[in-house]
Amino acid sequence: MADQKHLDVTLDTQVESVNLAEEMCLRVAEAAGFDEDDCYRIGMSVREGVINAFHYGNQERPEKKIYLAVDLTSDKMVIHVLDEGKGFNLGDVPNPLAEENLLSTSGRGIFLMRSFMDEFNVVPGRTGGAEIIMSKKLPSPDGHRTNNNDKGDHNATPHQA
Amino acid sequence: MALLQATYRDAGPVTVLDLSGRITLGEGSALLRSTIRELLEDQRFWILVNLGDINYIDSSGIGELVSAYTAVKNRGGELKLLHLTKKVHDLLQITKLFTVFEVHSDEVAALRSFDKKSV
Repeated sequence: MADQKHLDVTLDTQVESVNLAEEMCLRVAEAAGFDEDDCYRIGMSVREGVINAFHYGNQERPEKKIYLAVDLTSDKMVIHVLDEGKGFNLGDVPNPLAEENLLSTSGRGIFLMRSFMDEFNVVPGRTGGAEIIMSKKLPSPDGHRTNNNDKGDHNATPHQA
Repeated sequence: MALLQATYRDAGPVTVLDLSGRITLGEGSALLRSTIRELLEDQRFWILVNLGDINYIDSSGIGELVSAYTAVKNRGGELKLLHLTKKVHDLLQITKLFTVFEVHSDEVAALRSFDKKSV
């Protein structure tokens, strides 16, 4: 656990924060040894998490903040995105793959994060808003990730504030 | 991060919309929306969207493509996609939007597919 690293960033509720969060996490992912495809998936997931906080959580209100945290543990990269909204239940999120939702112009962000990360969960955050917690297993030293497709229904460990 | 660029050209009754860069929340999605609106106001209802130089689309961009598809269809037209990069292809596949959009890999064949229905 000596290699554990932690990054905390407070972002403004604005569109630019989405790009900023993506770029920061991409740098961490690249430094952690993830390949191009996994960096894309991580970057996209961070992007979607911050879009969710910006639009649905904070309702695009500039006085609210978005809290991004990245933990590199010995075996995975864990990303937390916390907003200052009212929170939500994952069970209430419509399935974007349902026939009646295919032509919906929104509602795919959660699905993409779930698809691209190994673990994904939403818990009540310390602000009262939603805290998205998602993780991806680090590549092994030989460049391969184990359990790459083992997505199952695992939940990431909630962040201890 | 390359911003979205959009240009269009005539190919018979079809308008080919060439996009390059990223279709993401903010300027990218907004430019796609305003361009589609402009084409519809110009009575261009058969639109082939060339995504060959699009290297990134997020959920906002996907939503904008769906919105464009619906707007064109509601005007009695058709919007089809051309030249998907692998990332965009995979994205449309996992979101099941391949069942919504007509996707082509050959521009001539794509243009011909409009001809059948537009005459």
